[in-house]
Amino acid sequence: MAAQPTIDTQRLDAVLGAFEPGDGSALIEALHDVQSEFKYLPEEALDRLADRLGVSKSRVYGVASFYEGFHLEPRGEHICTVCMGTACHVRGAPRLLEHLEREIGIASGQTSEDLTFTLEEVACVGACALGPLVIIDGKYHGNTTTSHLTKVVGKLKKD
Amino acid sequence: MPVQVKINGIKMSAEPQETVLQVARRSGVHIPTLCHLESVESTGACRVCLVEMKLGGKTQLTTSCNAGVEDGMEIMTDTPEVQKHRAANLEMMLGRAPGSQKIRALAREYGVYESAYVPSEDPAIPGCILCELCVRVCEALGHSALAAVSRGGKKYIGTPHDKPSESCVGCGACAEKCPTRCIEMTDTKKTRTIWGQTFDFVSCETCGAPVMTVRQRTHAVETKELPEDYYTTCVACKQKNLAGRFARVGS
Amino acid sequence: MARLQSTQQLRQLKERIVAEKPADRRAIAVCAGTGCKAFGSFELVEAFRAELEKQGLDKEVELRPTGCHGFCERGPLVLLFPEGRLYQRVKTDDVPEIVEKTIKGGEVIERLLYEEPGTGKKFEKEEDIPFYKHQHRLVLRSNGLINPSSIEDYIAIGGYEALGRAFEMGPDAVLGEVKGANLRGRGGGGFPAGTKWELCKKQPGDLKYIICNADEGDPGAFMDRSIVEGNPHAVIEGMVIGAFTMGAREGYVYIRQEYPLALERLNKALDEARQRGLLGEDILGSGFGFDIKVNRGGGAFVCGEESALIRSIEGRRGVPRRRPPYPAQKGLWGKPTNINNVETWATVPLIVAKGAKWFTGIGTEKSKGTKIFSLVGKVNNTGLVEIPMGMSLREIVYDIGGGIPGGKKFKAVQTGGPSGGCLPASKLDLSVDFDTLIAEGAMMGSGGMIVMDESTCMVDLAKYFVQFLRSESCGNCTSCRDGLDWMHSLLQQVCAGEGTMELLDQIEQIAETVRVSSLCALGSTAANPVLSTIKHFRDEYEAHVEQGRCPAKVCKSLITYTIDADKCTGCLVCAKRCPESTIEGEKKKPHRIIQDGCIKCGVCLDVCKFDAVHVE
Ligand SMILES: Cc1cc2nc3c(=O)[nH]c(=O)nc-3n(C[C@H](O)[C@H](O)[C@H](O)COP(=O)(O)O)c2cc1C
Ligand code: SF4
Ligand code: SF4
Ligand code: FES
Repeated sequence: MAAQPTIDTQRLDAVLGAFEPGDGSALIEALHDVQSEFKYLPEEALDRLADRLGVSKSRVYGVASFYEGFHLEPRGEHICTVCMGTACHVRGAPRLLEHLEREIGIASGQTSEDLTFTLEEVACVGACALGPLVIIDGKYHGNTTTSHLTKVVGKLKKD
Repeated sequence: MPVQVKINGIKMSAEPQETVLQVARRSGVHIPTLCHLESVESTGACRVCLVEMKLGGKTQLTTSCNAGVEDGMEIMTDTPEVQKHRAANLEMMLGRAPGSQKIRALAREYGVYESAYVPSEDPAIPGCILCELCVRVCEALGHSALAAVSRGGKKYIGTPHDKPSESCVGCGACAEKCPTRCIEMTDTKKTRTIWGQTFDFVSCETCGAPVMTVRQRTHAVETKELPEDYYTTCVACKQKNLAGRFARVGS
Repeated sequence: MARLQSTQQLRQLKERIVAEKPADRRAIAVCAGTGCKAFGSFELVEAFRAELEKQGLDKEVELRPTGCHGFCERGPLVLLFPEGRLYQRVKTDDVPEIVEKTIKGGEVIERLLYEEPGTGKKFEKEEDIPFYKHQHRLVLRSNGLINPSSIEDYIAIGGYEALGRAFEMGPDAVLGEVKGANLRGRGGGGFPAGTKWELCKKQPGDLKYIICNADEGDPGAFMDRSIVEGNPHAVIEGMVIGAFTMGAREGYVYIRQEYPLALERLNKALDEARQRGLLGEDILGSGFGFDIKVNRGGGAFVCGEESALIRSIEGRRGVPRRRPPYPAQKGLWGKPTNINNVETWATVPLIVAKGAKWFTGIGTEKSKGTKIFSLVGKVNNTGLVEIPMGMSLREIVYDIGGGIPGGKKFKAVQTGGPSGGCLPASKLDLSVDFDTLIAEGAMMGSGGMIVMDESTCMVDLAKYFVQFLRSESCGNCTSCRDGLDWMHSLLQQVCAGEGTMELLDQIEQIAETVRVSSLCALGSTAANPVLSTIKHFRDEYEAHVEQGRCPAKVCKSLITYTIDADKCTGCLVCAKRCPESTIEGEKKKPHRIIQDGCIKCGVCLDVCKFDAVHVE
């Protein structure tokens, strides 16, 4: 685990300021907001969030780690998300995932050392007609193939 | 209004807020438990307290530690079905905690000697059955230093960010209540090491034995508004002192 | 936007809107659901806007971005009104031609019409296309008719009239209607909504909550997303009616964070409803006040389970708790709470508007109304289909779904999501309703329907579901957390062709423990996919274990890739692309795969243009 970069406290204050002090029920919404600000949930932000909402740090950590949508580590510049829904599975998603693991050189769920890529799975985005589907930096690549992914990832590597 | 239930065919009257386990124990019926403690909330984690419950024409298995009694419930605590699934759950737990005497002994009662189950994730704490009793105990004591982290097969017990926690006072309650005794805690005469940090003990003024950790005392003094020098003697010496005083009064 | 103070004002507003936008007006409805958006429909909307402006038609022709029309396979979809003409797979380049020829000239562009695979028959109107013709669209119908971001559009088609009616009827009569309709929950369990509502209504106290479950965690399902995206006001209206009936003053929508578009449209709709006085204090001058908050999920399938969902709203780990007490007795913040699925809520206004009698006229004896399925997998017409309960699987897969693509053979259909079961070809004539499916070891679930053909390995599929549930289990119960982990490793052995037939017995035994001794329905149904595939496709399991063979050629350990020397032209492409450089051969001479180095990634199969790579 790499040391986490320091974060901009002003930005954090702005996010936390929107929540009532002591309102523990806002925890998950607050985690979403912190994450949209920093793209992940920095340790310091979690601890400050705990203080703001008046809940224990262990509860914040337990909750943040429970949900797949929250990231506790910094993420890559490019995010490749492979849909692993059933429709995509029967249309060959596992092979695409393995292919991306090889192309990018990281295992699913990981971020490359230089923070260029994050490779992850999503349970289903509900765009089953497009299966198998890979989302790269927010763009949906539907009915995709290993060759197509090689091309897209290759371009990102060069940038 | 009390409700009427039957446990192993014997009629019992129970308060509606009671659990099946409480009523069973009150009537002298033994049900094994691992993750249950009267003083904390029951979560139904270990599944070993399973019983067969008949209600409204439906029969099903349920955990007794967290099932409230309902009028007309018929509970059977030792049917072949119950035994079979207690055994299966115990086999899984034995796979996680092969070194735990308690689990091993209980499993043996159900005919399970070895476990074929090997968890696919390396455990963060070897021997932990993930029952979260430690977490609940710690929270009940007002520290909330521990958390269940992640979920599913990846779940483990840890401190926030997996670093020494400032809320941990080193009381050791988690280690003591843990059914598999898997939480590492090392005491010396002067210190206790647990969850990645070492705490100094307050030493007994009389005999020098550890009384509690300094942080534990600070916490107690603050939350209970006690005089700063409240905990200065160990329990044994305190009793001795008291006994001495009574002896003097008596003479 | 002025607040509406009474049902009369609502009616007046509707009349005004309809007068401005008569039903026979020209309109271009572009599907802007997530599926079509991914195909580029947002760009298409912009292209139409620009073109209409250029041609000076922007006042005369209404451009309407809508929710999902269901036929996602053929996206982006464009519907032209008033004729109801459907153009499919429309590209931005087609836009000028459509405006010029079809809008201005009334001419049909053949190339953009749907063509039935196999017969080559073309269809001009949406309603005639087999995919739509066999459906019975009640809830989804409005999706093509309205812009989900416009409350006026919803009001124009009679929106919120059911709410007005509910206020006139009073809570008891509304409850009577919902009970009379025998509306069963669309979120999975099929529990009668009326019974649940009654229980919640009966609870003492003023503080009650209602929740809309829009977590839709079932992989391969997107009905709820499409309703929220396409017709959010129907859900809101249903919730206000429910709140009025049960006496709740606050509601929540718990929605998946993976659905950004749905979230955006929902928030917009809530805002507009508030501005119109359809949420907030004194709704439509009735004296009744109610508002809705939105909670985003964090990405956890188990949070679709109601007690876990409630914990999640409370800001906790989504760990289910034992029921009873049921949410109706002790729910959010310990108060009586009623929770229903998106589709259930969206059906409520229809029932209140048209009456229980009308609703019970559709469906089977015990399952009334329609149900939306997302028909996906190895089927020609992927998309959302709404059918009357009781239709057969065969009609859904073949008449609506257009059968299996590529001339392959149908193998199974899986209903009910990860907790459902797989049904083989011999069960194709089963009636799709709550009870029949459960009796067959499958279930209705929330409406995922995945079609599989001969190239799907049923053992691999079972392993997939177990893997999914293993990582989605909250991790509380030994039986669910460890039982699924154990089953998964045993299934891995099967897929690797290891072990003996005893492995299957062992899997079945563990499955039984997971089923009977887990706390929530995630655990107690988790074994369904395994048990149903062992039951119906035992031969496939046997082939793996006894013959070391994967009949569908999916399980990696049991397959080999080879190159057919007759077909190989020696183009070198596969050799270049093989990540392990384990393909040898010279230019223009047949290549060979050195099996030792092969990791079975299948890249060679993908890249070969001459069909020379085979899987054995
Ligand atoms: C593991 C699990 C996942 C569930 N997921 C959903 C879901 O995504 N959406 C849903 O509406 N109901 C889901 N349910 C069912 C809910 O618990 C609940 O029964 C339902 O929301 C009630 O609404 P209904 O009666 O209108 O169907 C799930 C249940 C379980 C056990
Ligand atoms: S450490 Fe002990 S008490 Fe804590 S979860 Fe593990 S087994 Fe249970
Ligand atoms: S059955 Fe599974 S998901 Fe449900 S409470 Fe138990 S561990 Fe959690
Ligand atoms: S004692 Fe009841 S589940 Fe563990």
